[in-house]
Amino acid sequence: MEFLSYLITGISLGSIYAIIALGYTMVYGIAKMLNFAHGDVIMVGGYVAFYATSFASSSLLGEDPSTAATVLATIAAVVLAMIVCTVLGVVIEGLAYRPLRQAGSLAVLITAIGVSYFLQNAAQLLFGANPKNFTPVVSGQLTFFDGQLRITNVALLTVVACIIIMVALTAFTSKGKMGKAMRACSEDRGAAQLMGINVNATISLTFAIGSALAAIAGVLMCSYSPVLKPTTGSMPGIKAFTAAVFGGIGSIPGAFLGGILLGIIESLAQAYISTQLSNAILFAVLIIVLLVKPSGLLGKMAPEKV
Amino acid sequence: MQRIGSAFRRVKKETKVDYATYLGVIIAFIVMSVLQAQGSLSRSVSGMLVPICCYVCMAVSLNLTVGILGELSLGHAGFMSVGAFSGVITAMSLQASVPNELLRMIIALLVGAFFAAVVGFIVGVPVLRLRGDYLAIVTLAFGEIIKDLINCLLVGWDENGLHIALNIDGTKSIDSLGLSENGIEIVKGAQGIAGNSRIATFTMGFVLVMITLIVVLNLIRSRAGRAIMAIRDNRIAAESVGINITKYKLIAFVTSASLAGAAGALFGLNYSSVSAAQFDFNTSILVLVYVVLGGLGKIWGSIVATVVLYVLPEALRQYADYRMLLYAIILILVMLLTNNPTLRSAISTLKEKIGGGEKSEGGAGK
Amino acid sequence: MKKQYPKPKLVPVPSPNMVPERDVDKSPILECRHLGIDFGGLSAVADFDMAIGRTEIAGLIGPNGAGKTTVFNLLTKVYQPTRGTILLDGQDTHSMTTAQVSKAGIARTFQNIRLFSKLSVEDNVKIGLHNQTPYPMWSGILRLPSYWKQEKVAHERAMELLSIFDMQDLADHQAGSLPYGAQRRLEIVRALATGPSLLLLDEPAAGMNPSETAELMDNIVKIRDTFQIAIMLIEHDMNLVMGICEGICVLNFGKIIAKGTPEEIQSNPAVIEAYLGKKKEA
Repeated sequence: MEFLSYLITGISLGSIYAIIALGYTMVYGIAKMLNFAHGDVIMVGGYVAFYATSFASSSLLGEDPSTAATVLATIAAVVLAMIVCTVLGVVIEGLAYRPLRQAGSLAVLITAIGVSYFLQNAAQLLFGANPKNFTPVVSGQLTFFDGQLRITNVALLTVVACIIIMVALTAFTSKGKMGKAMRACSEDRGAAQLMGINVNATISLTFAIGSALAAIAGVLMCSYSPVLKPTTGSMPGIKAFTAAVFGGIGSIPGAFLGGILLGIIESLAQAYISTQLSNAILFAVLIIVLLVKPSGLLGKMAPEKV
Repeated sequence: MQRIGSAFRRVKKETKVDYATYLGVIIAFIVMSVLQAQGSLSRSVSGMLVPICCYVCMAVSLNLTVGILGELSLGHAGFMSVGAFSGVITAMSLQASVPNELLRMIIALLVGAFFAAVVGFIVGVPVLRLRGDYLAIVTLAFGEIIKDLINCLLVGWDENGLHIALNIDGTKSIDSLGLSENGIEIVKGAQGIAGNSRIATFTMGFVLVMITLIVVLNLIRSRAGRAIMAIRDNRIAAESVGINITKYKLIAFVTSASLAGAAGALFGLNYSSVSAAQFDFNTSILVLVYVVLGGLGKIWGSIVATVVLYVLPEALRQYADYRMLLYAIILILVMLLTNNPTLRSAISTLKEKIGGGEKSEGGAGK
Repeated sequence: MKKQYPKPKLVPVPSPNMVPERDVDKSPILECRHLGIDFGGLSAVADFDMAIGRTEIAGLIGPNGAGKTTVFNLLTKVYQPTRGTILLDGQDTHSMTTAQVSKAGIARTFQNIRLFSKLSVEDNVKIGLHNQTPYPMWSGILRLPSYWKQEKVAHERAMELLSIFDMQDLADHQAGSLPYGAQRRLEIVRALATGPSLLLLDEPAAGMNPSETAELMDNIVKIRDTFQIAIMLIEHDMNLVMGICEGICVLNFGKIIAKGTPEEIQSNPAVIEAYLGKKKEA
């Protein structure tokens, strides 16, 4: 029973990683860049949701608001966070990454790091360095087996949200004009352009989707561990990146699988082996997987033509 | 005769930059030493001298991996960490038996370099089978693993020798080492090292920078270095002319790691307390930024970029809260200015107008 | 101002497999027996049987996609063959890596030029001399006498090899900045620098104009005569192939459809069909 509850914790934690990793993997697949600022977009999403809900509860909703009003306010906060992050993602892409489309991947990587520093320090100036206590968007829990097994509603919501997002993204990229354009760009950007696909618009769209996902991940993550700091996003960002590579970077089901597995490994390692070394164990598993399968679990290795 | 002349000109051209690099470092050292002796350096500037030397070594050694070998490493701080901890543990253990500080420091640096090289080899053998971004993420993972392991490390020294334990389940403390009464507690888990005597000197920093430069520059200009650059430029062609890819990748990686280890040891000896958190992912990234901004494969570029970017946040201190924000903006702008084709050509036209046809350096970047 | 170099000596790189005089040893330098490779169940090359004499110039021709470059990749162990054996001077290369095959004596050029484009022309050749001028890594770092000695040898030999194509003056240029034809020639020089007993040239005349091609033909023969090595080339330019090859092997759909002298190949009906199609279809 104990094991089951750790497993469930792992799956819900993994779902958060998976949502972030989906954003990473889409951006990587299409723009072929490691967007190190992705984790910080999560943090921005968290802050926007935080301020929106506290504004709602202090000024809009009365002393004892009805459930419907609270739910509505929460949804509004999440939507607002998504909008802000989407705009932020598109602006970052347009200002910082688009001018470097022809540059080497390292130049883009360093720029992404610069953007990450920028977001963290701007957040520190705007919101202060002190951690904020985030109110979870959903409270309560389900109890099974006479209280031996508890599943929080946040965990449930996270897993459900993750599955919906994964299915929706898969459907979006496999069907429809924009999805096809995305896959074409990820295969060969030059050829896609020659076929009349607007590559810049497609990449912007990818960033928009990835950043909206980051906002959702931000809200869920802050509900899961309710401390919000300017550096909140960096470690989950790195782990989600790991998850994306683990599953095979560029692959949407891979990011999902990688995220879930990473969450489970982390949770079980914390419970049974060592809290201190849980990250080390997680990274060790990643290394072993990559050595056995150098392109990740579901990734495809392009053979080099001689 | 003419042939010798042309050969001489060629050699001169190839090594001119190298000599200028050595000369620049020597002049900088002399100037700073004189200023320090006169007492005209502020405390904060004096305090920066040794760390700058360490970071210069870090950047130059990372340039060997990223610029010369062409593999992105995101875990260079891990080797610095290994060097810092093994070096400081050595120095603290030898405190009684080797009273001479200089000798103790040299031993500590050698031990740091050695252990970092060993770890570099262990990391390198599996990692170098991977390519590109996969290799990058695995070096990142190794850096984090090294940090977590050192966070669990408990080390003490008494007359029976070194006592080492790993606090894996969080139940052990420094007391569980069972040190005798006059033992020294060296590494206390996540708290790291405290009470280290600060024996690092600027002169040693200078010597380390010179050694790093000699090793890296001479390596690049030799057969092994050409093999490494051949692998970077075209792996398949390098293999086809009989170069053992794994061997030369490992040579570059291990050399880079051991130099980082020595730099880490010196860095550790410059502070009374050292903790593993100082050498995390952000430190690796910081050094990578020095290398990329200085120019991939340009050793002198790494040195200049390190000094400028290390001093820049200090220089921006008057803007207090805004300085890291400014740093981020400067970083982004520099990357855009140096890598955007439109902006770059605009700059070189500007340069030509001002400098009267000074040769632009474009075309080398991808 | 043109730099003056002493008359090139063209001293062949010492190789254990070198034969001092032609026609002394008629045994083949390379033998392939039932060589084949599958890619995902699809047979790319099958039953490739061929032998090349020690100082022979052999041609490998065939329509696009026939598997010619795949044969080169098999010979240099870029791909591990699924079936069959490769004997280089009687030695099975089965367990060798690409680098070891190079040391054993096979050198090659590439269809899509693969130079070390950021390095100088001279450094490209010196990298080719990697296993010919060995000294340990620490000797290079500490600049011990062996470093100076071998570097001097490497420089002189590089200049000599470059003189084959009159490229000494380009030694300091960046390899990637050379014109196309010069890049192709540099690849041949680099391959020669490894001291091969068999040189594989993958479309050496691609992109060259007729006069350049004629010069290249002379040079290939000159290289064979000077270095006393076997040369095998893939080429679409029939003038070149028929002009200098002593034996020709025609490949189509991964299989050998004809072998013989240039005259035999030119009149072979299977070859004509492979190149021009059947009469009925036309």
